[in-house]
Amino acid sequence: MSDTKSEWAIEADGLVKTFGSNRAVDGVDLRVKPGTVYGVLGPNGAGKTTTISMLATLLRPDGGSARIFGHDVVHEQHVIRQLIGVTGQYASVDEKISGIENLIVFGRLLGLSHKAAKRKGEELLEAFDLADAAKRPVDKYSGGMRRRLDLASSLIAQPPLIFLDEPTTGLDPRTRGQMWDVIRGLVTSGSTVLLTTQYLDEADQLASRIAVIDRGHVVAEGTADDLKGLVGTASLLLRLADPEQTEAAVTSIHQVLGSTATVTPEAARLTAPMSDPERVTDLLIRLREQGIRLTEMSVQKPTLDEVFLTITGHGASTDDAEASDDAKEKVSA
Amino acid sequence: MTAIPLPAKLQSTELRTHVSVRETVSQSLTMAFRALLRLRRTPEQWFDVVLQPIIFTPMFAFIFGGAIAGGVEAYLPMLIPGILVQTVVTTSIVTGTTLREDMEKGVFDRFRTMPIARIAPLAGALLTDSIRYAIATALTFLMGWIVGWRPEGGWALLLAALLVIFTAWALSWVWALLGVLARTAGAVQGIGLMILFPLTFLSNAYVPIDTLPEWLGVFAEWNPISHLVTATRELANAGTVGTEFWVTLAGAAVIVAVFAPLTVRAYMRKA
Repeated sequence: MSDTKSEWAIEADGLVKTFGSNRAVDGVDLRVKPGTVYGVLGPNGAGKTTTISMLATLLRPDGGSARIFGHDVVHEQHVIRQLIGVTGQYASVDEKISGIENLIVFGRLLGLSHKAAKRKGEELLEAFDLADAAKRPVDKYSGGMRRRLDLASSLIAQPPLIFLDEPTTGLDPRTRGQMWDVIRGLVTSGSTVLLTTQYLDEADQLASRIAVIDRGHVVAEGTADDLKGLVGTASLLLRLADPEQTEAAVTSIHQVLGSTATVTPEAARLTAPMSDPERVTDLLIRLREQGIRLTEMSVQKPTLDEVFLTITGHGASTDDAEASDDAKEKVSA
Repeated sequence: MTAIPLPAKLQSTELRTHVSVRETVSQSLTMAFRALLRLRRTPEQWFDVVLQPIIFTPMFAFIFGGAIAGGVEAYLPMLIPGILVQTVVTTSIVTGTTLREDMEKGVFDRFRTMPIARIAPLAGALLTDSIRYAIATALTFLMGWIVGWRPEGGWALLLAALLVIFTAWALSWVWALLGVLARTAGAVQGIGLMILFPLTFLSNAYVPIDTLPEWLGVFAEWNPISHLVTATRELANAGTVGTEFWVTLAGAAVIVAVFAPLTVRAYMRKA
């Protein structure tokens, strides 16, 4: 089929966008396979939304190029707009009118008759569990309902590529779970999804490949397992009863787990990468033998911040960059 | 070619490179439909076009009638066209303020990612505003009738209404440009009123020009609002299409010819 002359849903090469002296996006490359969920992971201000805006024809790139199913985002804007659906970080629906009225307006704009637009709208509201709220104005909707309506609006034309910009930011855990199910459903029906998120967990749950983006650059790319491999699957967190014993504990951790613990001296807290949970038992026995008493023990999953720390050498938030660098120097041998 | 699982609709539809004129018209109408849906939920947006004619028309008639024309009845043929022009022309600023507010909303981003004519949201707004002007016009005529105005223009009354609506529509292009360029809706409102308030009062809308000091009289004489008011009076009260009608029509056409391309260009750059 001539419409799909590329094997990639998205190809971006060296995308650049500058705002004044700030290079918000500074040479981003992406390759997204059709029929998959691709995660773009990064902190606030990393350039995720700007990247999506360029791919979705909302912003014109200052450098580089991008193609959606082989169509250029700058020269074939009108074609691109027929291929994509965009659900923004802030719900892009009309708050003053009702859910069904929103969908009718969008459907009419896409060339459906009033009747067909209404039928399609009712269908989508039903699918997104919004049928009861169809006639209520959107400004009376909860955050989760708004996001769902927003996503429903992006699906009227059944676009083959859907951009989801932080679809679950600010949602409670239950609503987030519902949103995840919806996204999985999209891919099952054959769509391609590009998803941005601040949560490693979310990218892990949904995306088959992930690009980690920081200060406008892609700093790592791969499957969720690839990325987690960089930081270890989880880390063990220990708090000692006696801070004097910190050094002895670090030595034991090194001997038993084979990893180097990070120390927070004030709180007598140790964090150690943990690759094999079996070994934790050995470590706990060793610590008891040495008379090192613990007041707290927990296992932490890798956080975005740790992925960042490992990949970029600074923390996920730009403001904390210096603090994280300091912390790194405190890592004892 | 490997089967890329495109959802059903796009597989059967050709991808298109432009929007046809028919689609543009239909999309503009849909945008106007949206504006009407919004109006239903925000009745305060009707206040200016509904309340202003209802309150101001009798108020001005009873306050100034005796002083200016020696009686309310005698003042009405002069006042009604004047107040009509002021009401409708002033309400044209709303085009700019609502456009500004709309462009800041998230929904505008959705419009920008949809395969629709770029101009549709703007065209829709201008279309809806014509309806507002028509309402303000009808209500002013109605209130005039209630307080005793008996125009003798006959069918020319309709032409008078159309002239005022068209001129206000022409002016709304100016406010739309301001709406695209200004940072806030409040700024549009402020600038708009600052221009229109003196312009509508320093005209022949409420008083005969020969009662003004000479220098002000010259200004009022040249004021484009005066031409519109005179043209409207001639049509409504006597049913005559005078020079002023053509002057006003030409003036409005020039405004559209200048500002429509400017507005569209500024709008397209932002949209």
